[in-house]
Amino acid sequence: MPAFFTPDEYAVVVAVCERLIPADDQPGATDAAVADYIDTLLGAFSFDPPRIWAVHPRRSEFHPLTPLDELAWRTRIEGSLGRPERELNGPTVGWQQRYRDGVAALGADFGRVDEDEQKRRLRADRDFLMLVHQHACEGMYGAPAYGGNRGLVGWANSGFEGDVQPRGYTDAEVSGP
Amino acid sequence: MIADQDFDAIVVGSGPGGSTVAEVLTAAGWSVLIFEKGRNHLIDLADPTRLLTDYSNDELKFISRHFLGPDPWLEPRTFRAGEDRGDREHIGEANNLPSTVGGGGVHADGKLPRFLAADFRMRSDLGPVDGAAVEDWPVDYDEMEPFYADAERIVGVAGDADANPFAAWRSGPYPMPPGAPMYGAVRSTASAEKLGLHPYPGPTGANSVPYDGRPACNNCGFCAYYGCPIHAKGDPVAPLQRALLTGRCELRPETFVSRVLVTNGRATGVEYVDRDGVTRTETATRAVVLAGGAVETPRLLLLSGFEHPLIGRHLMCHFQTMVMGIMLFRTHPHRGRAVTHMHDDHLIGDDASRAAAAAAGLPWLRGGMVEHCGPGAPVMESRTYPWGRRHKEMMRESPMRDHMWGFTMQGEDLPQPTNRIDLDPTVRDIRGFPAMRMTYRSHAMELAASRHYAPTLAAVLEDMGATQTMVATSPVPDGPYGGYLSPIPNSKHVVGTVRMGTDPSTSVLDPWGRFHDVPNLMVADSSGFVTSTGYGPTLTIVALAIRNARALASS
Repeated sequence: MPAFFTPDEYAVVVAVCERLIPADDQPGATDAAVADYIDTLLGAFSFDPPRIWAVHPRRSEFHPLTPLDELAWRTRIEGSLGRPERELNGPTVGWQQRYRDGVAALGADFGRVDEDEQKRRLRADRDFLMLVHQHACEGMYGAPAYGGNRGLVGWANSGFEGDVQPRGYTDAEVSGP
Repeated sequence: MIADQDFDAIVVGSGPGGSTVAEVLTAAGWSVLIFEKGRNHLIDLADPTRLLTDYSNDELKFISRHFLGPDPWLEPRTFRAGEDRGDREHIGEANNLPSTVGGGGVHADGKLPRFLAADFRMRSDLGPVDGAAVEDWPVDYDEMEPFYADAERIVGVAGDADANPFAAWRSGPYPMPPGAPMYGAVRSTASAEKLGLHPYPGPTGANSVPYDGRPACNNCGFCAYYGCPIHAKGDPVAPLQRALLTGRCELRPETFVSRVLVTNGRATGVEYVDRDGVTRTETATRAVVLAGGAVETPRLLLLSGFEHPLIGRHLMCHFQTMVMGIMLFRTHPHRGRAVTHMHDDHLIGDDASRAAAAAAGLPWLRGGMVEHCGPGAPVMESRTYPWGRRHKEMMRESPMRDHMWGFTMQGEDLPQPTNRIDLDPTVRDIRGFPAMRMTYRSHAMELAASRHYAPTLAAVLEDMGATQTMVATSPVPDGPYGGYLSPIPNSKHVVGTVRMGTDPSTSVLDPWGRFHDVPNLMVADSSGFVTSTGYGPTLTIVALAIRNARALASS
């Protein structure tokens, strides 16, 4: 079960991510579980500690948040929701609401329409497209601890070795071609 | 926890300046209380021999999610490109340095050059510039040299004393030899030399061999913007550890100092907000030292009601000129210490630079240190390519990362009185205090220097075999807000807002970093800098902190 999305929303997000980063002869966003990354981010506070800062890039342990950190991240994710302590310098629409609205506008049939129609719908809301594009890139090429980059397929595709601690690189690997 | 007592000194900020002061004062027998507004991810405060393992090689944690702070929602800053632009043009991040135990030392890739002798006497050597208050420093290089040498030993700097022909004299070698050169730098230094430039291994605060009980750097590549997971970097861990181990030092993270208390011309302590949001005070019997950086220190002074008209003025950030090339070969810029080589040629005037200055109507121009570097982060890279069918192919070809190499010139920025930090009239931080507002616009000198030197850097890349070169600057004066390149300078080398000098009418601090009219209140960060130079400020922050804290301890 997704942590935040309904199953129908989740299916649309999977299709959106696959349109942004489609599989070719190498795995794409669906293979990398990019939608799970976004779902985990939006549902970060359904975990304890919240899934904001991973202790290690490849493990599922997370740093506890201070009350101030929690306030900032809840505001970012859930929005200010009319609560005075979250409206320090004005109201904020959270990512959850932006996804709920953005996914609804793309239509429940998004995954079934053709590529041109998908692109047309995505381009109809530039702000939402920029948000989901940023998150899709994070989910594809970020550390796997956050739910995306499954099987390290994002790093493998881009020739990036990712976290190499504790081995690091030898001097020859640094200084040679 | 130290038993209920008054401290000899209170230090505000645990970055390179504050940590160094804490080490010097505790070594002199003083008791010291350090306030730090950020979280502690560096050192076990119950057992300072133990270092924490919170840092990791994670682009999302450090770049996207503000792990080192400050969170721009909790501590917004505002920006405008001039007083003619209304109250503000931007709210959010503006030139943020980490807010965490260890401060800016944690995230830096640790390029730690000394300044040139000429940097301390720009007014005498080069003369005034219209619109800027170019002055000599109240200290010269010969006096600074032993403190630079101590700073290099305290932090642990790797370098080659003979490699830079423009460097000032030194009393001895670097504590460590240079680490492994990055492949891109092997290629770019060869081309730079061919074109008559003088590249050298950049003095680096990352251990090339085990040093001071910490291991050698293993080249993992997550250096600039990251905390070091194995503590091989010259962050302020060593001075903090030594201060805490004296038993005379207490460090309080997550505390925000909101007011410096002054009575009858003496600093007596501070008012602060603790982690539970409760306002408290602490007393210092001998001195208060401010080391929150060149943004937070003037902000605190203004919050405290200090009235010297120059507080916050002469804000300087390096003008960055980024010249990048796409190479036919793989540069793997994600391996190694982010930057291993630099050259200083563009800090040294010649006939061509004098002609360019004259053509721009300027008495002189000056660039800055040039870092040989490439972009190493794949999430950032992926956002530069179009989405859709070609996206993954672009990531495999990687023109914007694994085939890219180039230069960042950290250009000297002139001290303009109109560039300044003050308090935003309405925007507040989470604790209810006015946000810092930055008013900043580049001087014609920075733009002329950037235009003059960029073609030389592009020519080096062409000699390396670049198929395409591109030039970008930060700030982009009059550019749009919202992106990475905007009117807000990206350089983290922020200096000059509480300047030192001998004359109380043209400076806030005396030549020892203390307020002319409050002699037991000292500044130990880059706020006191008189000019920006073209070099990273950290080693000079540390060297000045050693000099001024020793003088304070013996006063």
